[in-house]
Order: sequence, then structure tokens, then C-alpha cells
Amino acid sequence: MSRQQTQVLATWLISITAVVVILPIVLVVFYVVAKGIGTVNWQFLSQPPSNGMTEGGIFPALLGTVILTLGTAVAAIPLAVGAAIYLAEYAGDNRATRAIRLAIVNLAGIPSIVYGLFGLGMFVLFLNFGTSILAGALTLGLMTLPVVISTAEEAILAVPQEFRVVSLSLGASRWQTIRHQVLPHALPGIITGIILGLGRAAGETAPILFTVAAFYLPELPKSIFDQTMALPYHLYVISTQVPGMPLSIQYGTALVLLIIVLSFTLVATVIRTVMRRRRQW
Amino acid sequence: MTAKLSIRDLSFTYADGAQALQHINMEIFANELFVLFGPSRAGKTTLLRLINRLADLLDGVQRSGEILFNDQDVYNPNLDVTYLRRRIGMVFAVPTPLPGSIYANLAYGLEMAGIKDRRIIDERVERSLRQAALWDEVKDRLQDSAFALSGGQKQRMCLARSLVLEPDVILLDNPTSGLDPISTALVEESLFELKQQYTIIMVPHSVQQASRVADRAAFLLNGEVVEIGSQQRIFIHPRDKRTEDYVTGRFG
Repeated sequence: MSRQQTQVLATWLISITAVVVILPIVLVVFYVVAKGIGTVNWQFLSQPPSNGMTEGGIFPALLGTVILTLGTAVAAIPLAVGAAIYLAEYAGDNRATRAIRLAIVNLAGIPSIVYGLFGLGMFVLFLNFGTSILAGALTLGLMTLPVVISTAEEAILAVPQEFRVVSLSLGASRWQTIRHQVLPHALPGIITGIILGLGRAAGETAPILFTVAAFYLPELPKSIFDQTMALPYHLYVISTQVPGMPLSIQYGTALVLLIIVLSFTLVATVIRTVMRRRRQW
Repeated sequence: MTAKLSIRDLSFTYADGAQALQHINMEIFANELFVLFGPSRAGKTTLLRLINRLADLLDGVQRSGEILFNDQDVYNPNLDVTYLRRRIGMVFAVPTPLPGSIYANLAYGLEMAGIKDRRIIDERVERSLRQAALWDEVKDRLQDSAFALSGGQKQRMCLARSLVLEPDVILLDNPTSGLDPISTALVEESLFELKQQYTIIMVPHSVQQASRVADRAAFLLNGEVVEIGSQQRIFIHPRDKRTEDYVTGRFG
């Protein structure tokens, strides 16, 4: 084979791998949209399930997922952003810092079902929160920590060092420098990380399985110590646990979940793009 | 005459073991323009950054000796470093605006110092822009982004930004690098005005500039002081052979 031919062949092979990577996501989205679009309407979104869940809508599960995602945000954001600021701005290059970083990397690699079991042991049983929104949000928050910490730290480190040096040279304290010259410029990256983390949390089933999710509740939750239904678990339940479940409801539910998760990614991308364009440096 | 700054037996080693300064001794007096010059890696910038403690940002360094500012050790742990940096301003070799307007850049130091009165801030912003010979060029566009300024304007803005705090000493680290001759002349001219009010320590762009602006100068080589003296003494009658070779352009 001539060099020319090798070149053409290589280009083709590489292009094919790219298509193979994209194909599944495109197929999944198309398939779910095609099958589910007929079911999703205002009724479906705003009504509770009825008749043994074989009729009606998904409102309690949808609301539960919104509440859990908000709870995850409340639990994870302060801790994750605080940790990222510490690692990027304060931590020296020593053994303790390396241990923290190693822990974060490992935290990111833990299977979500293990988070679920940890949540059951720690929040539900040991801290006695019971199977509740509180326990579920804390478990999801814990799972979200590593990705938010990593992206936020990266965003903070990407702020040019000169801004810090100039700010300090003008008599600003270390915290003033972080507050006025670092965080505002790191914010788009931090927000992107938060949204991506929450998007993942919104779609997870395993961490909420033992900590909060209910099979079916006739009433909406009244406090953070109540259980709630949640979309991912609801989808699992109606796909595997309920006999005689109409396919249309299953696909409709899958479509709503997919839209929620993908819209998190979309929002993150839009924020990043807009903020980057506005950046002066 | 008491010294504004006195540096006593100062040595400094970076984390990688490179010794940047060795047993530096010098005194700098009020309202003089003191020039630190020498070839690259002589330790000039390191010395400046030790004076206002920006070298604190580096990990794993070793320092011995002391730096007295108005007879107070700048490395005294009880000294408020933000106070020190407000008293000892700095202009960097590369003009570095902070993101935001020209006005925001100028007001930043004052706001961080807790000054909230707009009238005081406005007044000080105008005065320091005048001192840096920039007021006429920017007075109608103070709210424009500082990044829109030309290189020379940016550098004069950075000078104004440190003057706004009404410091005691100004450290100028090659403030005319990358500037055209006209901008350079503007900056040099303003130095003569500024030293009436401030003590200036400057790392110059070249030997020629050093000899043009200096009241006194120190020649640094490989982290050591070779010679310190008046402008006449250093640039016309140097005593050390190395100083003579450097100022006459035989090396460097």
C-alpha cells in the first residue's frame, strides 16, 4: 500500500470510530422520542398515576426528581465549591493534599449502588433520617461531590495567576482576591460543573433506591423526612415490576427523564459558551 | 538621614535550590529614584518581590536576613501584609489590567482598603491618572474596558493604579518593557515628578535608561551586589571592573 492509500484508509477508519461513538446516543434519543412523544402532554406531566399505575401521569415522580435535584444542589454545592477553593487556592503541595486528591478521584470511581448502600447505612439507619428526601439528597450530593470539585478546581486554576498577583500587590487580602478576582472569572466553569453533576444526579437510580424512592405514594411528600417517588426509579418500576404496563407510558416516562438530563447538559453548554464569549482575556 | 528601606544580609533560595540572592545589603532613602540593574537572572525582580512580600506566594523557598521598611521588619509576623502592600506599590513588567473598566481598575485598591466614599475615590482616581500622565487620554472613557487601552496606556494605568493608594514606596519592575520610545519618554518624565512625593525603586529596561533616570544605582550580578553608588559613580566612574564592563556594553 502506498503512503497515500494508508492515509485514506486511516482517515476512513478514524471517521468510522467517530460515527460508532455518536450512533448509539442518536439512536437512543430518536427511538425514545419516536415512541414516547405521543404520550407526553400536559395531562401526562400534571396527573398522578392511576389504576395501579397503568393509567394517568407521572407528576409525583417528576416533582420528586425536581425536589431531590434541588436537595442535591443544596447538599453538594457549598461543600464542593469550598473544597475546590481550598484545593486550588490554599492547599500546599504536600502529602495531605495529595491524599485529598486521591480520595476525590476514588470517590468519582465508586459505583453508584455503593453510594446507595452507604446512604442506607449512614443517613437512613445510623443518623436515623429514615427513608427520606433528606437521606436521598445527601446520598446524591455525596455522589455529585467529586465531579463538581474537579471541574470547579479546574475552573479556578484556569484564572490567570497575574490577576491574583496584581490584586495582592494592591493590598487586597487573600480572601478579597479570591472573592473579587478569582471566583467571578471561574464562575462559568464552576456552574458548568454543578449543572453536569446535578444532571447526573437527576438521572441516577441506585443511590435513591434504598434511601428515598417509593414504589408508589398516594400523596405528595410534605417534609424532607418523607419519602418521595422519583423519575428514574419510577421508570424502573413501571418497566419491570408492574404487570400489564402499557408501553406508551414507559416510553413517555423515559422521554421526560431523557429530556431533563439532556437539558442539564444543554444549559451547561450554553452558559459556558456565552460566558466565554463575554470574557475579555 | 534614616533609610526608607534597609536590606540587611538578605539571601534567598528558590524551591528548586537555585540561589537567587546572596547576602544583599543596601539602603534606600526617601524621595530618591534607586535603580537595580544587571543582566537577567541577577535577582532584581526577586528582590523587588521580597520587598512587598509577593514572594510569599512561592512554596518551599528559603530566606534569611531582613528588610526594614521605616525601621520595621516587613517579615515581622505581626505586620499586616495588606497594609505593607498598600504602602509599597508595584508596577509589573507586563502591563496587567484586571478585567473590568479603567475606573474599576483604579478604584479596586481603594475599595479593598474599605474606602466607600465615592467622592474620595473619584478624586483619588483623577489625581493618580494625572500623575501618571494618562488623565487627558482616558477622562471621557473611564467606564471602557481596561483591555481596550494601548500598551503604553495600560502601563501608565497600572502606574496610576498603584499611585491611587498613595503609597510610600513604588517598585517599578521594568515599567517600559515593550513600550515605544514616546510612551517610554512619557513614563520616564513622570518619574521625575513622582519622586518628589514617593521613593522609587526601579528595575530599568536598559543600562541607558538606568543612567538616565537613576539618582543612585546598585549593580547586581548572579544574585550579588557588585557595586552601589550615585549615578555619577556607577555610570561614569565605576570602581569595579565588572560594573565598568557592563555599563560600557562589554557584556550583558
